[in-house]
Amino acid sequence: MERSFFARNPSTLIFITILAVFTLGVTLLSEGLGVDVISTSMVKTLGKTLCLCLIAIAMDLVWGYCGILSLGHFAFFGLGGYMIGMWLMYERTKAIVVSATAGAPLPPTPQEIRDGIGTQIFGVVGGAEIPPIWYFADSLFAQLALVVLIPGLLALVFGWLAFRSRVTGVYLSILTQAMTLALSLYLFQNDSGLRGNNGLSGLQNLPGAENVPQSLISIYFLWASAAALALGYLLAAWIVGGKFGSVIRGIRDDEARVRFLGYHVEGYKLFVFTVTAIIAAIAGALYYPQAGIINPAEIAPIASIYLAVWVAIGGRGRLYGAVIGAAFVSLVSTWFTGGQAPDIPLGFYTVKWVDWWLVLLGLSFVAVTLFAPKGIGGLFDMLSGRLAPQRHGADLGPDQGSFREKEAEQ
Amino acid sequence: MTRTVILALRAALFWLMAAIAVNAQSPIQDLLQENRAAVEKASRKTIDGVIDELLASGLPQTREVLAKWREKEIWQRKEDGLFFFAKPLPNKNIQLFDIETGDPVGEFDKKAVKQLKPNSGVRSVIATALVRYQLTDPDPRKRAEGLRAIERGPEASHLAALRAAFEGEDDPALLARKQRLERLLTISYDEDSAARVAAIESFTGDLGVDARAALNPLTSTTRKAAAELPTNANIKAVIKPGTARLSRDQAYALLVAAELAPARITAAEKKDALIANIVEGSVAGTPIHTLDTDAARTQAYATLAAAGTVPAEVTAADVDAALAAHVFFDQYDEPDANVTDAAQEALTSISTKVGVNQMFDLALDGLSLASIYFLAAIGLAITFGVMGVINMAHGEFIMMGAYTGYVVQQVIPDYTVSIIVALPLAFAITFAAGVAMERLVIRWLYNRPLETLLATFGISIALQQLAKNIFGTQARPLTSPAWLDGALVFNDVVSISYIRIAIFVLSVIFLFLLLFVLNKTRLGLEVRAVTQNPRMAASMGINPDRINMLTFGLGSGIAGIAGVAIGLYAKVTSELGADYIVQSFMTVVVGGVGNIWGTLLGATMIGSLQKGIEWLNPSNTLAAQTYMIIFIIIFIQFRPKGIIALKGRAAGD
Amino acid sequence: MMKRILSAAVLSAVFAGAADAEIKVGILHSLSGTMAISETTLKDTMLMLIEQQNAKGGLLGEEIVPVVVDPASDWPLFAEKARELITVQDVNVMFGCWTSVSRKSVLPVIEELNGLLFYPVQYEGEESSKNVFYTGAAPNQQAIPATDYFLEELGVEKFALLGTDYVYPRTTNKILEQYLKDKGIAADDIFVNYTPFGHSDWSKIVADVVALGADGKKVGVISTINGDANIGFYKELAAAGISADDIPVVAFSVGEEELSGLDTTNLVGHLAAWNYFQSAESDLNDEFIAAWKAKMGEDRVTNDPMEAHVIGFNMWVQAVEKAGTTDVDAVREAMYGLETPNLTGGTAVMLPNHHLAKPVLIGEIQEDGQFDIISQTEEVAGDAWTDFLAESAVLKSDWKDLDCGMYNTDTSTCVQIKSNY
Repeated sequence: MERSFFARNPSTLIFITILAVFTLGVTLLSEGLGVDVISTSMVKTLGKTLCLCLIAIAMDLVWGYCGILSLGHFAFFGLGGYMIGMWLMYERTKAIVVSATAGAPLPPTPQEIRDGIGTQIFGVVGGAEIPPIWYFADSLFAQLALVVLIPGLLALVFGWLAFRSRVTGVYLSILTQAMTLALSLYLFQNDSGLRGNNGLSGLQNLPGAENVPQSLISIYFLWASAAALALGYLLAAWIVGGKFGSVIRGIRDDEARVRFLGYHVEGYKLFVFTVTAIIAAIAGALYYPQAGIINPAEIAPIASIYLAVWVAIGGRGRLYGAVIGAAFVSLVSTWFTGGQAPDIPLGFYTVKWVDWWLVLLGLSFVAVTLFAPKGIGGLFDMLSGRLAPQRHGADLGPDQGSFREKEAEQ
Repeated sequence: MTRTVILALRAALFWLMAAIAVNAQSPIQDLLQENRAAVEKASRKTIDGVIDELLASGLPQTREVLAKWREKEIWQRKEDGLFFFAKPLPNKNIQLFDIETGDPVGEFDKKAVKQLKPNSGVRSVIATALVRYQLTDPDPRKRAEGLRAIERGPEASHLAALRAAFEGEDDPALLARKQRLERLLTISYDEDSAARVAAIESFTGDLGVDARAALNPLTSTTRKAAAELPTNANIKAVIKPGTARLSRDQAYALLVAAELAPARITAAEKKDALIANIVEGSVAGTPIHTLDTDAARTQAYATLAAAGTVPAEVTAADVDAALAAHVFFDQYDEPDANVTDAAQEALTSISTKVGVNQMFDLALDGLSLASIYFLAAIGLAITFGVMGVINMAHGEFIMMGAYTGYVVQQVIPDYTVSIIVALPLAFAITFAAGVAMERLVIRWLYNRPLETLLATFGISIALQQLAKNIFGTQARPLTSPAWLDGALVFNDVVSISYIRIAIFVLSVIFLFLLLFVLNKTRLGLEVRAVTQNPRMAASMGINPDRINMLTFGLGSGIAGIAGVAIGLYAKVTSELGADYIVQSFMTVVVGGVGNIWGTLLGATMIGSLQKGIEWLNPSNTLAAQTYMIIFIIIFIQFRPKGIIALKGRAAGD
Repeated sequence: MMKRILSAAVLSAVFAGAADAEIKVGILHSLSGTMAISETTLKDTMLMLIEQQNAKGGLLGEEIVPVVVDPASDWPLFAEKARELITVQDVNVMFGCWTSVSRKSVLPVIEELNGLLFYPVQYEGEESSKNVFYTGAAPNQQAIPATDYFLEELGVEKFALLGTDYVYPRTTNKILEQYLKDKGIAADDIFVNYTPFGHSDWSKIVADVVALGADGKKVGVISTINGDANIGFYKELAAAGISADDIPVVAFSVGEEELSGLDTTNLVGHLAAWNYFQSAESDLNDEFIAAWKAKMGEDRVTNDPMEAHVIGFNMWVQAVEKAGTTDVDAVREAMYGLETPNLTGGTAVMLPNHHLAKPVLIGEIQEDGQFDIISQTEEVAGDAWTDFLAESAVLKSDWKDLDCGMYNTDTSTCVQIKSNY
């Protein structure tokens, strides 16, 4: 231990400071605790953006550092949301049922309360029974544990199967995409017991906090999201900082070589894959109570591809790049699709951003890949003058990175 | 001159008065006017009386009136409520004709008249009534129409009419239909048991839905409970309660329904009884607030029952005794045992055959789905499989092909010609798009496959949104030519639509075309050379840039043609391609990258597997897709390189 | 970047303050994503209605300003946009949503912030929110009459309930199953199948439906298939040569707009049940169609949810004029009992349960993609809680006198004021 963790990672300290200042600033300007400049819906958007930044960090860890282009991390994000959503929904409904039966001539039996909850939750999707997977839904502690356990276990099993049979590169990407598609299709089914297409809703109403206004709840969640993001960033920085980080970067650049050096490549990949899945799940568990509703469309393959887009635009292989990418793209997206961006009249045609935003996003994405593979993060390199050696644009590629470097030197 | 005019006027006046007189006196009009309310608001339930009256009247116009009524060609004049035949004129007015004579009555504004719109239930009742006129009609089409009406709504009276209509039937096809119908009606309506049995036996092994439709009602049973087995009833089987076929609860419910045993007290009734007996905050001495468990409530109820305030609960012993004292059995609704036995036997023979044919049909469906997946994936098999380029915009090329088909149909109204134009045009357009994309984007990224994935994804969302901006979000019609309408029907169980056959043929053509191009032409040789080792190929005088460009164009062009085909069979929307992209990638991966045969096998496996799972769980199609994907994930664990894995140097690594 | 967002927020706050004088109508329909296909039309309808109203001199002397947002078929985004519309844009009323899940997503937000939403699409019922006016059909205004038509008029004895796998078909089919059982149809004679959104491979399901006829009972299909999946379904139906006389299909989600995506020559005679068809004969309808075509193009069609918006908007305008303010509570009080002509020639009445009384129309598909109306009932009062499920039959909704959307008539208590979502 020659230098302290922060001394080795100056960007960590800067990042945490900026995050703290940002959180404080939003709090002071908010409707709930401040001078009411930022509306509650904006606070919620910012809180959700922080959660997206957290899953972007997970994505950067698994893709930018370990070279596994997972197109399925939103599956873990969604599962985390579902796990916490089950408790929120169950408890809120229980409160309603208990208060509704309070005036009845006979006190309700536990079975009657359970039946009442079942009818309330599943009535809209044509059922009344509470499915077995809701077994732990009445316990906050159990569901919080499940937030970590279920996605972690899924990642562990899936990763073990995939890495064991040495599925790599684009095959792995397609396989992870298939996983998230299968999960979303499964959840779309009513029989899955999680209300099918309808998903779980009303999650912003916290049980036991009925009298706390949303303006305050949104601030609390902003704090929680900021804290989770800070911790996630520290964890990620710690993971990539040491020898472990060198090994996974080595795996990214030339997996076979690392294996020949005697490292257990599968174990490293599995660890990174599982840890990032858990980070994603925690991000999801914080995101959906702010969004208010979770349904299977959230984990459709396209969401995970967007995640890769954020990280690529922000700049892979640097943690702050992922955060910047996620925050920038999702906020700009909100701005453009919200109808606030001014139309551009061209005389013969008026460019409406609602219609053209996606075209712009798609094309700018192509442009980033082609002309600025380092993404926005590359700007920081220019500022600090720390330019990487010219490698014909191939420095960050997972496959043949180091191979190319040798070529470049010739 | 003046005289002629006056004469003409007089003639006209006379004619007009005569017309009015006829209107007033026309018996068929009178008959309809008598039943005016029932005719105006025709309902299947109330129309029989009117039709019977019309038929009984024996008026010569009855047939035409019924036929026109069915065709929605009878209109009512609002001012006097009279009924007329009518024909809409080009100037939007309505020309009315008298229903008795068929003479024109005059033109009326659309607002002055009202069309009678019998619903399809009423129309089928009318069609059934018209049968009597049609079976011996000289026009074979009319006779066929009559037979169709009997098939849809058979009645006992049709049996005699059919038998009488055999004679003079010179069309062998119609005669066969008549005979078959006669046998079907014999099963249902003949009085003679032997004739019915003979008719039933003639249908042994018949696959027609109509045959099963006639036989199945004969074997329908009703589950009954009684103190002892009735002697004169046609009983199928005696059932013991407490078995898989009849649980004890079901058996007791049967007894309750037959009022042979007292009903059980439900939890809700118990609760109501307790509430009804609340006295000063307690029930039967138990304070209310303790009644929050089922056990406590049962206890309190038992106390009430002991006091005689409420009926006692049915105990397990009561149930046992009641079940033991009664017999449960399935009784045929058809009293004739000979008939039911014959029907049962015929149905058994049919059901085996139907099972085999259903399997065959399922296999056809699977094959058809496989060919659709193959067609969607085959372009990808070239760009991804052979060149190793991940093209997420492949689905959008399919979509471009489909929209090309739509646009061509807007310009060329003839569906056959437009398809013939659209196929090569779609190829040309997507070929050009593919070449442009390869030149502008992909060639810079050959060393970075993951980034190709992301860049092409960017192109994919841009193209999708562009399609929305240009064509709107509504689905656009892409109609197949008339010769592709309908289905190839083997029998009532096995059939496949022509459009699916066309897609199948198209995918087979492409399979062989590609195999030919890749294996037998110079281009194919060069493609394989460039794919395996671009440098070596270049030093042999092959221009890798050109080859890459052409190969990518070819793969994209095929996607365009696939788009036209898929648009014909499903829908044309901007999301059309996105629906197929993941599936297509999986098809290629499962089949084995770099091999057209592999893609074929992959598509076949995925298509038939999906149909197989659908068959196991017919009420939930989503489940089939989910389990199929899970299967693919597991499959790839065991064969990471797909069904056909390239070996040796061709494998590339 | 943060600075930009903050300044945007400040700016919008300033604008909101300055623009308090005008009346704002929020339009919350997806303009992108899967639902854009249906919802874009409704946005255009609203813009046209607002334009017409402004041409008449606006409302309370003010100009009506539409605020269009795009929730992009993303259900959580519906909640976010609704909150934004109410708190940032300060809209007085919102017209929007299509799918049930989007409505359920918006519900908690508008109940919390006391907003007002007009929901124009036929839906599954079992809900009554204080802040929502349901101008589309409840099950008893569409599904039940259509089923009756099948039972009574067509003599159907065996039912195939085909639906897309989401809330509306699930709940509607649950109600219908119970209703059919009450009518003496055996459980074995009801075949239920759910398919995903955008399903295109229908051959197996169509073959299954044909096979249902094997026991000699007349088969009918009740379709709650949604959106573009219908195109593949009807194409397969036509290819299999199933005529409406053999196996009639009645659809609850297929209107003129959906039919414009396919060739209807082979579908003639199949049915749809709605509260409005473009072919309805009335002067108001002719006017509306003419205005719509003039604005959007000659080939555009009108449909039922558009009529619902027409009724909803006209009622809201009346209510605002009656109340003399756009205040949500005052407008809501003023809504009850209001009457406005509907486009099919009758009168729509707003009931205290926030539903409309509307006629039920059944139409047969014609070759030109229009519907031939073969049955039209009197106005049917929309029922928030269905009478055909035991647990819902005891509930009623009355916001005028009882001030409760979920009132248990057995125990005479209000089960809950807010909705369950």
